Amino acid sequence: MTENALTVGGVSHSFGALRALDDVSLTVPRGRFVALLGVNGAGKTTLFSLITRLYNSRSGHIAVLGHDLRTDPGPALAALGVVFQSRALDADLTVAQNLGYHAALHGMARGAARSRAREVLAAVGLSEKHDARVATLSGGQTRRAEIARALMHRPALLLLDEATAGLDVRARAEVGRLVRDLVAREGMGVLWATHIFEEIEPEDRVVVLHRGRVRAEASAAEIAGDKGLAPAFLDLTGAAGEAEARA
Amino acid sequence: MTPAGDLSWRGRLRALRGIVWRETMRFTRQRERFLSALVRPLVWLFIFAAGFRAVLGMSIIPPYETYVLYDTYVMPGLCAMILLFAGMQSSLSMVYDRETGAMRTLLVSPFPRWFLLTSKLAGGVAVSVLQVYAFVLVAWLWGIEPPPLGHLAVLPALILSGLMFGAFGLLLSSVIRQLENFAGVMNFVIFPMFFASSALYPLWRIRESSVLLWRIAQFNPFTHAVELIRFAFYLRINWLSLGVVVACGIVFLALAVIAYDPSKGLILRKGRD
Repeated sequence: MTENALTVGGVSHSFGALRALDDVSLTVPRGRFVALLGVNGAGKTTLFSLITRLYNSRSGHIAVLGHDLRTDPGPALAALGVVFQSRALDADLTVAQNLGYHAALHGMARGAARSRAREVLAAVGLSEKHDARVATLSGGQTRRAEIARALMHRPALLLLDEATAGLDVRARAEVGRLVRDLVAREGMGVLWATHIFEEIEPEDRVVVLHRGRVRAEASAAEIAGDKGLAPAFLDLTGAAGEAEARA
Repeated sequence: MTPAGDLSWRGRLRALRGIVWRETMRFTRQRERFLSALVRPLVWLFIFAAGFRAVLGMSIIPPYETYVLYDTYVMPGLCAMILLFAGMQSSLSMVYDRETGAMRTLLVSPFPRWFLLTSKLAGGVAVSVLQVYAFVLVAWLWGIEPPPLGHLAVLPALILSGLMFGAFGLLLSSVIRQLENFAGVMNFVIFPMFFASSALYPLWRIRESSVLLWRIAQFNPFTHAVELIRFAFYLRINWLSLGVVVACGIVFLALAVIAYDPSKGLILRKGRD
């Protein structure tokens, strides 16, 4: 069985004349938390759209658990859980109904879906919100419900695209801790797209993406060196130079 | 960790059931949508048709075997109108789902995209057929009484027509960028389709006043949905209309699947959906 939950090799993608991704390669091993670090417009969401097959990659290859997304999309998508940048739960349905709908979209039987829903809601600390309408949840609870939904079908790879966007500091910390616990407990690979340095721990593997290109791939501690992560990131992306030039 | 999903035919059936369930839930949540779907044809029946029944008698044309009142004539057209609006409504909900992000939940399912779209279509059709039967019940109370068996015989015609309009709606949803553009659909799709058809007047009457309009009506898929439904109510099959409705349904669905295909589709070109 492949060691990598996700393999992205030489992927490029353009929107008309705009080169959104340029020869991007990265891996997410099983049981590892990998942060995809980049400013807005770096290409993170485009990469996620390719990995989730919302768009097809036209060059390079993407494989989830060794299943090529182009030639074997069913098993690849079945092994994938996603939390999108924008909210994707149906606000008028209850949390349990949203989870049940997601389970159906993965072909899960109703009985199995019901017991799994209780399991994942307990894992994200939302057991008491089982029958609550999503519209009544706070921002942090909604995010946790989205994570619970993404876990319903026991994915081997969890993608989170700026999962803490719009949350306060406390809720952000809670969501981050929750995902790290899941990595440790369930052994899934996680690709966590963010532009917030505080969300990255020194032992995390970090892929720095800037203007569609991978600028570095190493542990956060290695990238930070003596400077700290933020200055190192600015050096890598040339943003410090740009800021000086603007000044 | 082994994924818990099931990609077999049994899993597909569960996915189909889930999608149909969600469409039904959405519909039952929106009671005003049900009411407006019912009120619209009833306004036509109670006001427009009641006014015209005194001046417009219908000669004997198939499938009718005797003279019929005008409101009896327009009833199948109003059934088709419900299906047309429902199809456009599903187009609207697809655009809404795309704007809110709910569409992505559907599209990242491991099942093939054609299957997901067809399931969504099936859900929409199930709801729209229920709307038609609610209207038919009121029309029956109003005194429009096709043969009793006709109410059963019309079901396949309603399903086929609903599928055709739903597929057309899916296709439109792939090219409509924003909800605001839906007003254009009303003006440029629904009204022309409805008025340039045999829903309100028989084709021979249209021909008397305008040959051009008659030709347009003949090529209008809505005309054929109306005639398919009209004939089915009277336990007959209009083979030409059946062929047109089935062919158009297949073509619209195929184009919609292509439009939503990540490798070829229009969605791709629109960027971040």
